[in-house]
Amino acid sequence: MSLSSPQKPALPSGPSPLMLTLRRLAGSQAMLTTGTLLVVMAIFSVLFPGKFATVYNIQTLVVDYSGIVLLGVGLTFIMTSARFDLSVGAVLVLSCVLGAKAMGVVGGSDGGWGAVLVGLVACLATGLLAGLVNGYLIVKARVPSIIVTLGTLSVAQGAAYVVTGGVDLYGVPKPMLDAIGQGRLLGLPVPVIVAALAVLIGAFVLSQTRFGQYACAIGSNAEAARRAGINVDRVAIMLYLISGVGAGLAGFMSLARFGSTTLAAHQGDNLTALLGVVLGGTSLFGGTGTVIGTAVGVFIPGVLSNGLVMMQVLPYWQYIIVGIVLIGVVYIDLVKRRGRTEGG
Amino acid sequence: MNPLPPSVAPHHTSQVPLLETRGITKRYGQVEALRGADFSVYPNEVVALLGDNGAGKSTLVKAITGTIVPDEGQVYFEGRPVRMASPVDARNLGIETVFQDLALVPDMDPSGNLFLGREILRPGFLGRLGMLDRKAMQERTTEAFERLGVRIQDTQAKVIGMSGGQRQGVAVARAMVWASKMVLMDEPTAALGVVQARNVNDLILRVKASGVSVVLVSHNMQHVFEVADRIEILRLGKRVAQFRTADTTIEEVVSAMTGLTVQGVA
Repeated sequence: MSLSSPQKPALPSGPSPLMLTLRRLAGSQAMLTTGTLLVVMAIFSVLFPGKFATVYNIQTLVVDYSGIVLLGVGLTFIMTSARFDLSVGAVLVLSCVLGAKAMGVVGGSDGGWGAVLVGLVACLATGLLAGLVNGYLIVKARVPSIIVTLGTLSVAQGAAYVVTGGVDLYGVPKPMLDAIGQGRLLGLPVPVIVAALAVLIGAFVLSQTRFGQYACAIGSNAEAARRAGINVDRVAIMLYLISGVGAGLAGFMSLARFGSTTLAAHQGDNLTALLGVVLGGTSLFGGTGTVIGTAVGVFIPGVLSNGLVMMQVLPYWQYIIVGIVLIGVVYIDLVKRRGRTEGG
Repeated sequence: MNPLPPSVAPHHTSQVPLLETRGITKRYGQVEALRGADFSVYPNEVVALLGDNGAGKSTLVKAITGTIVPDEGQVYFEGRPVRMASPVDARNLGIETVFQDLALVPDMDPSGNLFLGREILRPGFLGRLGMLDRKAMQERTTEAFERLGVRIQDTQAKVIGMSGGQRQGVAVARAMVWASKMVLMDEPTAALGVVQARNVNDLILRVKASGVSVVLVSHNMQHVFEVADRIEILRLGKRVAQFRTADTTIEEVVSAMTGLTVQGVA
């Protein structure tokens, strides 16, 4: 039923707005993701009583995955706009390295809050630079984002190894380790607070602001966005800056937690974050995205790998599982999309 | 060259055209899509732009909507020469376009589409943060749908799940809400069934009734004869004929489009 026409019979009274809202909510990917997470957690709680569902275990898990949440927030923006960023994991490592180098110059492990600030600026600047390079190449040189970010992944990783000679750097200022990495505020670990803030801000920007609306629009129909007067290129570059800042901040938090550049420890982060984004309900084909969904989605692989460790399965299995689940989830998204457009 | 048919001057010759193009030329490499095309739209009329495939209709439409900049020639708006370098320039003059592909964002609801690029922000601090006033946009969308007779049950559902007719309704409503002077519709009935095409006619007449001119590009002769006040015909990149719909026949229009001289047929 579209345009008014006297020929057509009166509409049957449709479902009430409340029902429509409830139906949308129940069918939403966010609910599905949260449900899945709760089911998986319930299973492990039963399998490992007194081991899985403990405050200590859950808290460690949340702190462990707070860095991936930071990557996931940026990735959600990128993927909502129907683009990719495969470089965030490597940018995280590079910003660790350059942050540690910068702090080494201004005092290293003896440094104070001033040195911490220098480290933060260096980490964020690394992320911004990577985002700018990614965004600019994708927008101006029109190289597909998957190739550009695969390239910058390799460049960032290589640069991290060249600068360090392949040996992890230490020398993180003590206040950074104590107050940020291991610190607590209002009883909550600081890394968790930082990740939660990033999620809240990201969710607000993506779902409530004009900028977020434009990110969806260029992911859904870039030509329509262009004709509506939206500067698609500028929005796309800003999205990569957001993703870069997320990676830089994650690098800073990683330094604060481990006190070292952890060169080899973040190989799976990019893919895990990507899986979290997709599980959370952001379409791989762009147009819709939810930061809250990502924040929940990231913990599905998190809880799984935690459970695998308890089952005394080799932790490397998680890479295999992440890969398989990623393909499966994207397949389901594809089938769902096809159904919707054909039904239209 | 064929002599111009005894073109019927528009009945409002004394009026300044709302929009006029003179001598528009556009080349794509070796191909001359437009070779000095003239076109005029008067205030408060429905004018159909007709032509066979390759006559240059879509190129002329692009020139009027700011999608391309002509190589030669000039566009006049309300008697003044204007330069339209982007769709935004056309919009600022009060010209809206319903594109053939509708140019909707499928993952957004109707109000998101109606206000795309022209979002209403919350008042005060939140607005300065860029926060959308969804409620206001939603209300104005519902109100516009009611006024224009566009029926969509769930105005918060995404466009992707809607039928062709519903999508058309959203696209037309968007153009009508924003157009203060002129709506250009490129093949608005191409994807529609008979009943829905008739509904588009109703919409066009409503637009006209509100004092806005409509330029209709269509292949559907019956449709054109039902709603258009005038018909302008483009052939091989030039205007070759103008008719008042009331004074002409489909046969006459078709012969002008295809290149047989009107005299030869008549």
